[in-house]
Amino acid sequence: MSDRPIVLLREDHARIATILDRLLAETGAKVVFLANRNGEQIAAAGNLSGMDPASLGSLAAGNVAATRGLARLIGEQEFSVLFHEGTRDHLHISLVCEDAILLIQFDARTTLGLVRLRVRRVSPELEPVLEEIRARSVALEGALLRSTGALAGITDDEIDALLA
Amino acid sequence: MTFINQAAREINCKIVYYGPGLCGKTTNISYIHDHGDHALRGRLISLATETDRTLFFDFLPVELGAIRGFRTRFHLYTVPGQIFYEASRKLILKGADGVVLVADSQEERMDANLECLSSLAANLEEHGADLHRSPYVLQLNKRDLPSAVPAPELIRLLRVKDEPVVEAVASRGMGVFDTLRAIIKLVLLDLRNR
Repeated sequence: MSDRPIVLLREDHARIATILDRLLAETGAKVVFLANRNGEQIAAAGNLSGMDPASLGSLAAGNVAATRGLARLIGEQEFSVLFHEGTRDHLHISLVCEDAILLIQFDARTTLGLVRLRVRRVSPELEPVLEEIRARSVALEGALLRSTGALAGITDDEIDALLA
Repeated sequence: MTFINQAAREINCKIVYYGPGLCGKTTNISYIHDHGDHALRGRLISLATETDRTLFFDFLPVELGAIRGFRTRFHLYTVPGQIFYEASRKLILKGADGVVLVADSQEERMDANLECLSSLAANLEEHGADLHRSPYVLQLNKRDLPSAVPAPELIRLLRVKDEPVVEAVASRGMGVFDTLRAIIKLVLLDLRNR
């Protein structure tokens, strides 16, 4: 039913985490959160305590999906940047490589301009990593799943035990 | 779209509950949230109208434990049932690894059930998927109502292949976890067999 499974290897996560850590420092943001288009967390930097990553990801993905629908209604392919202004904290949401959502929470300690500038500069660093992940999943699907060890050779009994 | 995070040792799958308006999709998710193990389920997000009709989606992450060292997480979504929100239904369905069609057993809702089934197949096709080859469960909800159509007749009209069929009264929890287990099993088997 679904697209091919996407597999995030440890080395992918490490590369992305390094980029996000640097982005956090350079923007002065509170949180940098990267999710796939389904809202599942790929990596994050900053203080996420008190924030539910699953909720954050799913709402961001829903937001992006709805906004994409709006864009197409008016003849645009999509709106690649969304900005939500709060009274204290703000959210900058951008699309990276069509597959990923980059969400940045920031406050008055930095500026929207600086966040936008740093995001524009970091996107070309993230894109090749995400492209590699996607290309690998397309090319190797079953072998890739087996290589991660996930679900490799699981039996019906093991699945039934999980569901018991 | 299954997402396997090797670093976090997690498998993430998306399951969508589909069905006509007021058939019990949100009731299913709410029951799972209220009665599931607190340690294994997250926050329930409901984007609804003032009259509690689903406006965009409901979302509930559930975790079933580990299998071969990988935590298995399932992201449960419902779509809005009203035809008016067809665009949103299509959006939410994208990337689903498994689908539950919640059918309303009442005789007067048969047309709505059939419309929904047709819409489901069409929307999946637009996303490049085929209902006949996908993890899919049919839930016959509201079995307790006096106008409920006999199950064999509902199955004859709504079943599309050999999908599991679960009779339910979601408002009382009957069949809710059976449905969830059935679709999760199909999703995991589908993933294993790739």
